[in-house]
Amino acid sequence: MTIESRDDRAPAAMAAPVATAAPAGIRIDHVALTFGGRVDRVEALADVDVEIAPREIVALIGPNGCGKSTLLRVVAGLIAPTGGEVRLAGRPLAGPDPRVGLVFQEPRLLPWRSVEGNVRFPMELAGWPTARQESRASGLLGLVGLREFAGTRPSHLSGGMRQRTAIARALALEPAVLLLDEPFSALDALTRDRFNLELLRLWERTGTTIVVVTHSIPEAVLLADRVVVLTPRPGRVAGVVRVTLPRPRTLEMLESGAMAAVSGAIRRLLVDTTDDAIAMREAAVHPVAAGVVVPPIRESAADAGTPAWFDPLHQEADR
Amino acid sequence: MTPRPGVVPAAERRSGALRSIVPVVASLVVFVGVWQAVVAVTRYPVFVLPGPGTVVERFVTAWLDGTMWPHFVTTLVEILLGFAIGAAAGLLVGLLLARSPIAERLLSPYIVAAQATPILALAPLIALWFGTGLLSKLVICSLIVFFPVAVATMVGIRGVDRRLLEMSASYRASRAQVIAKVEVPAALPAILGGMRVGATLAVIGAIIGEWTGGDRGLGVLINLARGSLFDIPLMFATLMTLGLLGVALYLLMIAVERWLVGVR
Repeated sequence: MTIESRDDRAPAAMAAPVATAAPAGIRIDHVALTFGGRVDRVEALADVDVEIAPREIVALIGPNGCGKSTLLRVVAGLIAPTGGEVRLAGRPLAGPDPRVGLVFQEPRLLPWRSVEGNVRFPMELAGWPTARQESRASGLLGLVGLREFAGTRPSHLSGGMRQRTAIARALALEPAVLLLDEPFSALDALTRDRFNLELLRLWERTGTTIVVVTHSIPEAVLLADRVVVLTPRPGRVAGVVRVTLPRPRTLEMLESGAMAAVSGAIRRLLVDTTDDAIAMREAAVHPVAAGVVVPPIRESAADAGTPAWFDPLHQEADR
Repeated sequence: MTPRPGVVPAAERRSGALRSIVPVVASLVVFVGVWQAVVAVTRYPVFVLPGPGTVVERFVTAWLDGTMWPHFVTTLVEILLGFAIGAAAGLLVGLLLARSPIAERLLSPYIVAAQATPILALAPLIALWFGTGLLSKLVICSLIVFFPVAVATMVGIRGVDRRLLEMSASYRASRAQVIAKVEVPAALPAILGGMRVGATLAVIGAIIGEWTGGDRGLGVLINLARGSLFDIPLMFATLMTLGLLGVALYLLMIAVERWLVGVR
């Protein structure tokens, strides 16, 4: 417990700013994504169109299965969209880009490397000279408050310290954009608040554009300039809510009237997007493609991908 | 609760080493005692079962008068070279099998068939092809080491956490970088486990090779001691040398394992 209480505190706030590339805006330009073939086609994202300004913090929020993590991977260049494109500072993205740092839901550290070794991993891959790796790693570890744990293995760290290592690693190549996929969801609620404030302090000193995926409304409001609400199956933008709270943000703001108004707006957009709500709507009114009347039973057989009615042998076997 | 890293008190470590060495010594004392008791009670002639004292005495003289040394060196070279070749080949093929389904489909029937055929049955053929010199022993040794290392590598690499691979991809890691910096280190405990098995098999391979033909080596010395020399205590002393060599190799592998992965 001593380590937890001592070192999960905010890192030295007086440290110098840490270098990053010039802030870049992101244009998610009518991105669509479909998986699978003709039979098992899954539409994950449909016509997602978001423009993110340099240095802006945008939260992506939505129920499970709305493709928010998938959208983040498209922006990270890990998944190529099947329609539209992502542009970074005006240039189309082709694969993972050193200007983008990605923090996953889990720390995903290499267990055989020390904290410093993990932070240096992207620099090694990029072929940086050793001296530059060392000074950059030392600056980043100072930034996230882990300098005295540089030589420690991840298995000896608390969950929060591991995720801070992962954030330092994501900042290694001086990215202009930091993407975070539910970064603190594994932490308890109190630690999580503190980490979100820490992330904001980090943002003030690095000047990166931030896109954070979350399914917590208070978290989205605490962090973001704008909250993009996504609907599930396929992922679509249901609406964008601007957060009017001033910066620097504090936890007290979460109890303010402005906060209630913003959360209310997000919640209203979200209410209609949960699986339950959609299932209820579909049960009430059977959806029919425009102008085509499809007998329900045949539709479900086609959905299952096995056209049993087309196979005479199969029918005989059934009799 | 997270323990402070790397702080095991020195006293605790020492007593841990002591605790692990005591049973080893105790079991050795019991083993030698039972052996001596059997010899004392049954009074078997020395060419059937020499006593531990006789064997140790012959062991010491064989080492001092230079009988053991050339044979020992020959066998050691066969084992070390054969192991190195077999382990390297196993590592490479294991990597290939893990990442290429086509390679696996093409190669695995032959690899399994080669493994299922007892090496003892293959040895005469190998001696016919490669002669009775060092080469045939290396072929046998590396063949027998190859399989466990290849399988362990394949299984280890396949078991690497996909999420680490995605993380590496987000930093634009090349194929070679992923293998060298993520997959092999992550699979290292499994690979070293395969090598540990391989190291003990290499001893077997060397002896089988020497029995199939050859004029030097511990396997040859065993045959000589049993046959033309009819020196049964020497045969036991050679067996003792082999046993100690096997244990030494095994401990060496464990030390390498501790050094490479023990710190995780």
